Amino acid sequence: MSKSVVIVGASMGGLRAAEALRNNGFEGQVTVIGAEVHAPYNRPPLSKEVLAKEVTHDAVAFKLRTQVEDVIWHLGDPATSVDLQTQVVTTNSGKAFDYDGLVIASGLRPRVLDLPNGKLSGRHTVRTLDDAIGLRAELVPGAKVVVAGAGFIGCEVAATARGLGCEVTNVAIDSFPMIRPLGKTLAAELQRRHESQGVSFRLGHGIKDLAGTDFLTEVILDDGELLEATVLVEAISSHCNVEWLANTNLDISNGVLTDSALRAITTDGNPVEGVYVVGDLARFANPLFDDEARRIEHWNIPTETGKRVGAVLSAYLSQADNFAELAAQPFTPLPTFWSDQYDMKVQGFGMPGLADRYELVAGELTDELVMAYFRNDVLIGVVGIGMTAEVMKYRKQLLST
Amino acid sequence: MINVDVDMDKCQHYGQCVFEAPDIFKLNENDKLEFVATADDSRRSEVESAVDVCPMQAISIVE
Repeated sequence: MSKSVVIVGASMGGLRAAEALRNNGFEGQVTVIGAEVHAPYNRPPLSKEVLAKEVTHDAVAFKLRTQVEDVIWHLGDPATSVDLQTQVVTTNSGKAFDYDGLVIASGLRPRVLDLPNGKLSGRHTVRTLDDAIGLRAELVPGAKVVVAGAGFIGCEVAATARGLGCEVTNVAIDSFPMIRPLGKTLAAELQRRHESQGVSFRLGHGIKDLAGTDFLTEVILDDGELLEATVLVEAISSHCNVEWLANTNLDISNGVLTDSALRAITTDGNPVEGVYVVGDLARFANPLFDDEARRIEHWNIPTETGKRVGAVLSAYLSQADNFAELAAQPFTPLPTFWSDQYDMKVQGFGMPGLADRYELVAGELTDELVMAYFRNDVLIGVVGIGMTAEVMKYRKQLLST
Repeated sequence: MINVDVDMDKCQHYGQCVFEAPDIFKLNENDKLEFVATADDSRRSEVESAVDVCPMQAISIVE
């Protein structure tokens, strides 16, 4: 009987893994189990241009290629458990799926604030298409929007909401917006640019509670300040969707720990044959930087990990001679991120957040620019605003070090 | 032959496609994307890679 693969997670990582299995010659059944009812779609536009226009699935859906035509999409029914011994995934509706190969691609969900008066209308997150549709309807001119969290997504939502004529206040415990990936100099400059567009910041502050009955009317900060608000967008951080793995012996302490082949590793430190991890959940060491295993929540990682898993898993399932060699190859994806805010095109490569030093290497701080990031005097990341050609020179250098 | 299309309303000229298929895509001296609209079938896999890495998902292969 031919072998089968179950992919848990029907977003970009799950899709890319399915494509890569087919591209590498796997002909058995592929079933993708998804929590959302939607076929895979591209998430970055949800906080940017799609939020600014009309939000539809068509606008963001990935085109399904002919090689995945025969993939079975089991959507709107999340996986709730797996038995790694008998190799069966069970879903919320009680359906059971046998597998020979399992791909864990269940991703993240937004963390939301735990607030005493939390059950009010007007609270939003921006992870899913349905989230974005709900938020879009409330971003009307004059709406009073509080964005919690000053990472890329929070700042993108703030910029988009300003563009739609909302009044926007950003509240974050960080000292500057986007400081962790960008460092203080660039983060402070981006704060200045946001403020010049009319965004008000409350940095170094948390949200203590909300005021309102049924509908949100005010956000209460930890110093007692009251911010008038009709909309609260929570973009603070994420939870890993690993609850369905709770009864396994996999190391799910932070995402799912993997080896360089992206095989899931147990709490005893052993890889589980046939069980692989893709996307935001995969915690792996990247020899481009060091030997510390990290999860990377950048957009290119689902695709890079999906392709890797498709190649290794198809070799495993066909008992190919080159499986061991393929699995032992180093895996060195270059983390890559982009962010559109106002007319700024921010793009970054590498791990600038690990830097101990950074330097403006092109342009002007108040205009288009390139910032290079170093650790122990070795280039470890680059971030540009505009200046694509100049950024690309540093990208090339990152790949050669 | 395969037909390559880029939705220029979506394209933000990030240039990721250039790494995957340098003979099909390039950034000109103003950092704007230019591309060749038709490519040999042998280029399908690199064009598919370019489609995959486009953060705006602006590239398509027209069948």
